[in-house]
Amino acid sequence: MADRRAISHLLRRLTFGPTAAEIDAATAAGYEATLDGLLRPAAEVRPPELDVDPYAMLDAGAAREQRQRARQEQRAQVATATRWWLARMAGGGSAEKLTFFWHGHWATSARKVRSAHLMLAQQQTFRRYGAGDTGPLIRAMLRDPALIIWLDGQRNTRKAPNENLAREVMELFTLGLGAYSEADVKAAARVLTGWQVDHRSGTARLVPQRHDDGAVTLLGRTGTFDVDSFADLLVRHEAHVPFLAGRLWARYAGTTSPVPSPVLAAGRDTTALIRAMCRAPEFAATAGTLVKQPVEWLIGAVRQLGIPVDERTGARLPAVLRTLGQVPFAPPSVGGWPEGTAWLTTSGTVARLRAGQQLAALAPAAAEGLDGAEQLATLLAVDTWTDRTYAGLRDVDDPRRLLALGLASPEYAVH
Amino acid sequence: MNTLTRRRLLIAGGITGGAALAAGATAVGLRDVLATAPARDPLAKTLVLVTLYGGNDGLNTVIPYADPAYAAARPGMTYPAEELLDLGDGLAFNPGMPGLHRLYGSGRLAVVRGVGYPRPNRSHFQSMDIWQTAQPDRPGTTGWLGRWLDTTSGDPRLAVSFEPVLPPLLAGATSAGATVPGGTLTLPKAAGPGVLTAFGTPAAGESAAQARAAACFADLMRVQDLMAQVDDGAPAGDETEPDAPATATGGDAPPLDRQLALVARCIEAGAATRVYSVSLGGFDLHADSKDTQRAQLARLDGPLAAFAERMTGRGVVIAVYSEFGRRVRANASDGTDHGTASDVFLLGDGVRGGLHGEQPSLTDLDDGDLKHTVDFRDVYATLLAGVLATDPGLALDGWTGRLDGVMT
Repeated sequence: MADRRAISHLLRRLTFGPTAAEIDAATAAGYEATLDGLLRPAAEVRPPELDVDPYAMLDAGAAREQRQRARQEQRAQVATATRWWLARMAGGGSAEKLTFFWHGHWATSARKVRSAHLMLAQQQTFRRYGAGDTGPLIRAMLRDPALIIWLDGQRNTRKAPNENLAREVMELFTLGLGAYSEADVKAAARVLTGWQVDHRSGTARLVPQRHDDGAVTLLGRTGTFDVDSFADLLVRHEAHVPFLAGRLWARYAGTTSPVPSPVLAAGRDTTALIRAMCRAPEFAATAGTLVKQPVEWLIGAVRQLGIPVDERTGARLPAVLRTLGQVPFAPPSVGGWPEGTAWLTTSGTVARLRAGQQLAALAPAAAEGLDGAEQLATLLAVDTWTDRTYAGLRDVDDPRRLLALGLASPEYAVH
Repeated sequence: MNTLTRRRLLIAGGITGGAALAAGATAVGLRDVLATAPARDPLAKTLVLVTLYGGNDGLNTVIPYADPAYAAARPGMTYPAEELLDLGDGLAFNPGMPGLHRLYGSGRLAVVRGVGYPRPNRSHFQSMDIWQTAQPDRPGTTGWLGRWLDTTSGDPRLAVSFEPVLPPLLAGATSAGATVPGGTLTLPKAAGPGVLTAFGTPAAGESAAQARAAACFADLMRVQDLMAQVDDGAPAGDETEPDAPATATGGDAPPLDRQLALVARCIEAGAATRVYSVSLGGFDLHADSKDTQRAQLARLDGPLAAFAERMTGRGVVIAVYSEFGRRVRANASDGTDHGTASDVFLLGDGVRGGLHGEQPSLTDLDDGDLKHTVDFRDVYATLLAGVLATDPGLALDGWTGRLDGVMT
């Protein structure tokens, strides 16, 4: 039984919410085998087929209406990409959860980038490099077109550098506050000057005339740096691994307890870090303390209720996510989505109650077989109801209503 | 329930503590209420805090056009004289702010200049935490208005936001403000009062997060009672968000005009809420800032000026701030990078309009940034004392500073 709880905890944290059948199978396989399976390298993913980016193809002299129409098509493409991604998340698997982690970490929004192609290309970078050493990931991200547009990299020139990308790379993506100075921000901005995004090809390239190749003092070293040697400075910085481990720990384990030291010792390979995290006794102790982000809450419910993410439902899920306050490809800020109890609001509670009703209506089969609070706990992979929630659920006869309330319950909001 | 009764109900919350209401507001009888409550002071004021996310460029909001150092530092970002909205003293509002300029002209808008804090932090997130927690040395986990809420009954209805996520501002140590979706709060059919009460009951040994999730159900019962009295006459939300040129740096709120329309409805309906938090994102403009910031300020100006006019005589004070201003010198992409001190606007009943605080120098700089002349805690203390009629030291770690002459 203890195994089963530890394994359901592992599955809840490393995937978008396990089904009862998945927990059964994993319990039979054991903790270590389950962990190995979850961390196995994922198969290559083919992004959805989209038409060319209509805005990138416009001529310089395009009329206002043409531009507006192209913007509209871009938004439609982002909506298509969002539905595709939600369906992939619902397909299960820990790799997609890791991709979602990186998206929240290098938080880039389509509201400014606009191009679904560039957003999907960034996501492919997370898939390609996100499970390994962070060195190649950071090198790739510093030349990632979506990130460069998002943080004004293409406006960063030798004449007077634009600090947006340089600052956030160090503060939010690699080192954290306190590990660098304002002088480092200015120096890094110079190192990152001259990168231009070509919208038609969807790539970024260095334009030498705009690049400042002078020597700078950056993070304690003096010399000339390019984007790769800057990335190397970042990953070798003593603050990098603790920062990265802290972010993984916050998102997978909990937001308050310190990162266990064996995790820090795992180095900068993301899979090694997650493995060390899941083996630490402190990880098991975080069960029931981590607030689900809305995407985690919704996709978990979709999986457990067996709701197909198809034409009919796929279009409705983003609207639900909007009322819950989290839309993929549109983080509210470069700092990513809030975490912890910030999600636990009166407004969020109402949204979960409403969404629970909608989801229950989309899952007649799951509701039909439901008989009582205990079965509901199994269906939703909730270890146990508290007495008060059990009291609230006990007398509910209508299975759909029972399902909706279970999804909105305090025990389902955290995991 | 009429307005007076509702007001008294909230007083009951204040006197008996949250416990009676936690069982469900409907469980409190009129008799209990009348036994405890003198009516809320009809002169009690309301604070509306407007957060501008992204670091609004104060120097192109309140423009020191007469200072030659201004044009020298920002050659591509200045406005022709005929477009400037003059304030006197060589200052002018951005052309995107005709509504606020009109209010300034009628003496209802105070511009507090050079507001900041020691050892300024240029991270959006850290600096916004500092402003919201009012703790420059080490921002904690409670907001200054959350701590004020702790000193009251802790009733979440006293501090309301219309964002889906709670701003840290309204998080207290023992209580939290309410986030209210849309205008009316009609609960789904599945959630009867019996279930809500059950779900809202604390359970022994549960984690802090789970306890908070449960507390939301108890809060919901209380909030619903209040908000049910408020008609949703607000304009419908725009479902497709517009593209944004700025790096978003916080705030995923409904459009400002919608948020302010909801606040106005609540105030007109006699809601007992004393603090409303609204926000507008999109000020993190590192490139081609001039036109975008002007449009962004217009997005603030129209709804805010209309709201201020509508609230005249109702004891409403509005404060507008951002996490920092921008560097004095523009970058080559005609934008500005993260800076320090900026302006705070105060407007509404009891605010003495005009220029307050000392104008920071554009030449005596701190590594390219303005040196602040007013500590933001002085502004907060003034609001806590002048609007919320409370001892500012309780919410501000004993801070004793004040801003003189800005409130009558």
